[in-house]
Parts: sequence; structure tokens; C-alpha cells
Amino acid sequence: MYRILRAALRLGRVGKTPPRTRRDPSSASPTGFHHSLGIRHVDAGSCNGCELELNALNGPHYGLEQAGFRFTASPRHADVLTVSGPVTRHMVAALQDCHNAMPEPRKVIAVGDCACCGGVFQGSYAVMGGVAKVLPVDLQIPGCPPDPDALLRGLLQVSGERIEN
Amino acid sequence: MPNPALRLLTDFKRWGTPLPVWSGRLDNEYWPLAAQNIRAQGGRLLALWGEDRRTTEAAGYLVHAAFLSETGIISTEMIVDPAIAAYPSLATVFPGALRMERTLYDLLGIRATGTNDSRPWLRHAAWPADQFPLRTDFSGEDLDIAADRDYTFLPASSPDIHEIPVGPIHAGIIEPGHFHFQVLGEEILRLEERFGYTHKGVERLFQGLDVAAGAHLAGRISGDSTVAYAWSYAQAVEQITNAQVPERAQWLRALCLERERLANHLGDLGAIGNDAGLAFALTQFQALKEDLLRENQHYFGHRHLMDRVLPGGVDSDLTVAAAATLQRTGQTLKTAVGRLQEILAEHGGLRDRVVQLGIISPKRAAQLGLMGVAGRASGQAWDLRVQFPNSPYDQLQVRMATAAEGDVAARMTVRFQEVFESLRLQEEILRRLPCGNVYQPLDLRDTLGEGIGWVEGWRGEVFFWLRMEQGHICRCHPQDPSWTLWPALEEAVLRDIVADFPLINKSFNLSYSGHDL
Repeated sequence: MYRILRAALRLGRVGKTPPRTRRDPSSASPTGFHHSLGIRHVDAGSCNGCELELNALNGPHYGLEQAGFRFTASPRHADVLTVSGPVTRHMVAALQDCHNAMPEPRKVIAVGDCACCGGVFQGSYAVMGGVAKVLPVDLQIPGCPPDPDALLRGLLQVSGERIEN
Repeated sequence: MPNPALRLLTDFKRWGTPLPVWSGRLDNEYWPLAAQNIRAQGGRLLALWGEDRRTTEAAGYLVHAAFLSETGIISTEMIVDPAIAAYPSLATVFPGALRMERTLYDLLGIRATGTNDSRPWLRHAAWPADQFPLRTDFSGEDLDIAADRDYTFLPASSPDIHEIPVGPIHAGIIEPGHFHFQVLGEEILRLEERFGYTHKGVERLFQGLDVAAGAHLAGRISGDSTVAYAWSYAQAVEQITNAQVPERAQWLRALCLERERLANHLGDLGAIGNDAGLAFALTQFQALKEDLLRENQHYFGHRHLMDRVLPGGVDSDLTVAAAATLQRTGQTLKTAVGRLQEILAEHGGLRDRVVQLGIISPKRAAQLGLMGVAGRASGQAWDLRVQFPNSPYDQLQVRMATAAEGDVAARMTVRFQEVFESLRLQEEILRRLPCGNVYQPLDLRDTLGEGIGWVEGWRGEVFFWLRMEQGHICRCHPQDPSWTLWPALEEAVLRDIVADFPLINKSFNLSYSGHDL
């Protein structure tokens, strides 16, 4: 126990604090999303690169919960649906079910180049070519994969915050 | 001629490559016999795939199988008469062949005879049952997005058994796949997997690509293994073009591969600890991994090293100052991981969960032909860096990490040992890095032929087979180590409780996207 405490103290605070933000008056996001987002993530056929970066958000360098955001296990507890991958045909039904299970208000974020436009898998018989082909998308975060900073900024934008700097 | 016992293979020719490969064509009668021979001498099935060669001199489909024998890779092919569209199954010899053969039917429409499982594997409902994406006359019409409700899972043997379907969407931030449990109380009696949810049609996408576009795609089949995939692809291309890759580039490739191994092992150790309730492990390992990824961005140009390894070399070089910094941070990382290893080894709560959980015995592992991290944790001493070392590993003495218990704790132990070994390799690579170029453009004029790449990725062996014509890819088959390892998970969970499934699954951490293609 002592060694665990010592290791935790030695680690201390790492990374930058979350960026300073202020409410974005032009944002149409519901006030309920302010500093409070439940995020449900669905991998609709990604290569797993985007998932690595999404998982990194929970680490001490980014501390997602400091911003009031957290990933939820069920779409019923979620405000935002993040989707990665070009949306394979085999994932369309599950993705739609997940979106339908989310209570309103709800937002959809396409994470990564594949989710935005199909990425390197564009044109394949097995993919739809981006989340917008299946669901209404509120925000796109391009990148291959987008790094956790870009993901955090996107989430802040959806929650109605603007980065101050 | 690899082995006197393999008299059947007298017509096989040895490739003039550093990696020992023999290839040749068999006919129907010898197809299963060759497999049995190879099995008898302790060999493994590496990959099984097919091609539509009806419009060429072969005048039929070609089914390919690559095996590992005691002296190297044996790559066999056999013509399948289009009128019959069937060939003998190898599933009774190599259990791993079953899913590969079911997939071959889904994609090419040639049937393996002599098995009792002819259910589709990768195809759900996206394309009709009478169409085959890898055939040249695949129309790509009548594609669908309906859910697949027709798959028949193995039935429960008693009405008292409770069935739990899990997925494709899972509770965490993770790839999609379906796990069908049969449980009695809490105890798992059977686990049946169903994949294909991330099937993106990669093999068809490769057709017609030039080498650069192929490299870009290859590195995105399984994002956490992008370096292993890119290197395996590059090996295959460089074989066909007879390329001389500069030595410095080879050493930098190994550096990237070891850093990829480090990043994944650090992530897994934290995640395994977290799945057992030790959130401290997750935080500590996430911090170490994030520092590593930021270093990758700064010194290599990409957090996960995508597009760093290219056919012909690597994309960027390291300065002397950069190498010195990486040496220093490598030492810091080694000390930090050492501390965490001590803490985790003595944590009673963690040990309670991971010891004796999710066991694959060495005997069963050998029958299943396991390799990679999970294989080594069950006593299967396979590591390409040791047994078939390509440059620069032939100049580095890699120490293989093995364990014999085959439980979750053993898969953690192997990862810890490999972290220290990768850090040691990094230190040696940085110290001995030869001078020179890091890239030599390939001569792609009139490129024609087949190539094989084979790299020890962090999960296990990543295998690539490639056929090129006129400088473009005609057919490319990547084989993820997860093909061999996913069936082992079905057995590892037996008699453990459902609540332990996430922990056991995490201890394997296999690829869905690499599997589904």
C-alpha cells in the first residue's frame, strides 16, 4: 500500500491541465451538456487506431473527467455518440440501434478520417463510406487517428464550450 | 529440399530470399497428405487463402496454404476446377484451418469438403450468398445493410443452460465482435465467437493498387500493429523487386517495431490490472504509454508510427541528439516499469484474480498451433526474432519470454519480460545504429512475382503474401496472428465465471479488424 501511495505521489500531475474554456454563446448545444457529457463510443469498423486515442483520454495526461465528460457503458446514459470506422455494412444495424436507444437531446461525432469519409477504405463493397451515410452527424473530427487533444477539443465544442487562447 | 520425409515436395523450389521459403503446386490427392506430413514433424499452418485465376493459364481458382516446417515456410498452391469449386479440407489436421476455409468460401465461393461446419464466417448479410467478392466477376450489386439474423449458433444441450449474447457493441471503447455464452449459474460451459463486423473488404481493395497505396492500406488493417503490418508488406514487395534496403533503415524499422511492442504491452498491463479492479495500474501504465507516444510524435512524426516503415526503407531519420534522448528516457521507463512489476507481483487482490484464470495448457496450445504472446505464455517457444531473424535481428540476440502456466498471470509475465527485452533492444539498436541512407527507392518497372513477409508483431506473427504484375498489386493476403489465437480464447474461458471474461479477453487482447479484413 505504501509503495502504491509513493508511486502515485511520484507520478503527480502529468500533462497540461485541460484547456481553459468559456461558454460559446453561438453554440446551439443544450445547456444540459455544459461541463457534463455522457459519451457512448461505437467502433463501426475502425482499425483500432482511433480507439487507442479515445482510451488515452481517460489517462492522467488528459483527465477527461476533469472536463465533466465520461464514457458510458450504455447508450441510454449517453448524450453524445462517437463513431469511428468507415461504417461497415455489418455494423449498420447495430449502430442504428445504439443511436435509437439514446434519449434526446443527443449529438453524433464522427471520429477519424474513416468515419468522416471512409478514409482508406472508401469505395469498398463492404463499407458505407462514413457515418453521415447512416446517421446525422453533428461534428467531424478528422485525423488518422486524431490525437486526444483534437478529440477533447471536439467534445468541448459539442458541449458548448470554446477554447480560450 | 526441406526434409527427406517430405518426398511429396520434391518439385518445390527454394526462393532466393534470406527468409527460407519453398513453394510449389500440389494436386488434390497430395493436398491433405502434405499437411499431415508437416503436422507430423511439428509444423504449423500459417495461412490459407485463395485467388480467382480463371482468366489465366491456371484456368481455375487457386487455393494457397502456407505452413511452417522445421526449416522454414512451405507455400503450397493447388488449382481448383471452377466446375467443381471444391477442395479437401485441412481442418482435421490443423484446427485453425476451419475458419480460414469458411472465409474462403464466403469470399471466393470454393468449398472445403470433409468438414461438418459449412456456416458462413465473415459474411453476414452484406452481400448475397451466391456472390463472391474476390471473384473477378463480382458485380457489387444487391449489397445490403440488414442485420444477420440467420446464423445458427451451436445449440444448448439442456433447457437449464442460460445463453448470454454479448455484442457486437461492447461496454467499453473496444472493437466490435459477438460472444455467445452458454452458462450454468455463473460458470461458462461454452463460448462461441462470431466476427466479421469490421469486415472492410481489404483484400479486394488491394487489387490494382500501386506499391505506395498498398503500403498506406497495409498499415491500417490493424492500427495497433501498423509497424508490423507495414514491415511485413514491405518485405513481400522488396522480395519481388529484389530490393536492397539500406542497413540503417532496417535497424530503424526494428526500433519502430520494438517501440510498437512497448506501447501495446504498457497499455495492456494497465488495462489488465484495471479489469481486475486495480485502477492504480491503469493510471500508471497510461502515463508511461502516453509519454512514449508523445516521444514517437516528436522524434518519428506519428504517435503510433503509421507510415514510418515504407517499401524501400523508412520515412524519417534520427539525429544523434534524438538517439541520446531516447536512450535516457528508455532508462527512466525501465526503472518505472520495474517498480510497477514489483507492486503488481505482490498485490494480493490482483494475484487472486489473475492466477489460475483463463488457462490454456501447453499441451492444448501445441495442438492449436499457438504462437505470439499467448502462445509463449503457454510454453510455445515461437518468436520469429529468434528463430527466423531477419535483419537486424540476426545481429541482435533477442531473448524469448516464455511461461508455462498459460493463465492470465502468465500472459502478464510474458508482457513484462518483453517490455524489458524491448527496452534492452532499443538501447542496443540506438547504440549500434549503422550510418547511411534510410531509404532506397524501389525499381518497380515490370515488377512481376510473389513475395512473402513475416514479422513478429506484438501479438504474434504477421504474415503477408503478395502477387504483383506490372508494378501493381494483383492479390494481397495479410494474415493476422489473431486467426490462430481467437479459437484459443473460446477454450481459455471454460469453467471460469462470466464476470471474469473481460479480464481473460484483455489478457489476450486480440485484433478484430486484423482478423475481419
